Amino acid sequence: MRLKILCSTCLILLSLFTFGQVEMADTFRSEGKIYVVVAVILLILLSLIIFMFRVEQKVSKLEKEINNRK
Amino acid sequence: MTFLLKHSWWKWLTAGLMTFTVVFGLLTGVPRLPILNESIRNLYFHVPMWFGMIFLFLASAIQAIKYLKNKDEEHDLMSKELGVIGILYGVLGLFTGMIWAKFTWGEPWSNDPKQNASAIALLLYFAYFLLRGSVKDEQQRARLSAVYNIFSFIMMIPLLFILPRLTDSLHPGNGGNPGFNAYDLDNRMRLVFYPAVIGWTLLGFWISTIRIRIAKLKLKIDET
Repeated sequence: MRLKILCSTCLILLSLFTFGQVEMADTFRSEGKIYVVVAVILLILLSLIIFMFRVEQKVSKLEKEINNRK
Repeated sequence: MTFLLKHSWWKWLTAGLMTFTVVFGLLTGVPRLPILNESIRNLYFHVPMWFGMIFLFLASAIQAIKYLKNKDEEHDLMSKELGVIGILYGVLGLFTGMIWAKFTWGEPWSNDPKQNASAIALLLYFAYFLLRGSVKDEQQRARLSAVYNIFSFIMMIPLLFILPRLTDSLHPGNGGNPGFNAYDLDNRMRLVFYPAVIGWTLLGFWISTIRIRIAKLKLKIDET
């Protein structure tokens, strides 16, 4: 009887642990490696944005040049 | 559109929203769902492509209507450039969707109604550029393509929003599937999702304003 209760509680506990426990990148996050990914993407994104602003400046310059020509 | 061309503070807003999207999109908590797992974060990158595309095509159609009203060449030019970036976003949305589908639905193209419909919508817009390329006379081209632009925008709405909902679709919100639906999109995700949509959309408009300005310059050079 006691063994039965023990077994069933164990099973219930096990099912509690596994139910709703979807595998996510938890270890990856706890090791802090996610920040490496964030840093890389941020660097790329920010450089692209700076690049966009530079392109805009060039277009503005051209606009001034062409508008002043006439 | 003239507002966006005149001011530039919104570009900083775009930069801020994009940064926010990347940082919070990767770091904040998301619902733990089977099959999707961490790939649920694609919601911040794949879905805004479609939102951006729709807003860009809407702006393009509005410029087309404006062209038909006052026959100003600049509206035709804006309509075209907005359409170019709209297509870019649409193609990106299609391919990011295929990558995502490979890992969640099993194959990149499962003939899902929404996949098919969005491919048809994109083909409609490819035809817009075919039409533009095939008419030599400038005024005729502008008029024809403006009419076609409005037509394809109107066609896109049922293709993307109505037809996929009439049948079972793998896409969330279109039928029963194990992915997320409107109720699973919890507040944590909303907090990142809406800024992501605004940020990506504004980025699309930013790129198109640059293209519009270059096209205007070309027009000016050709005139002189």
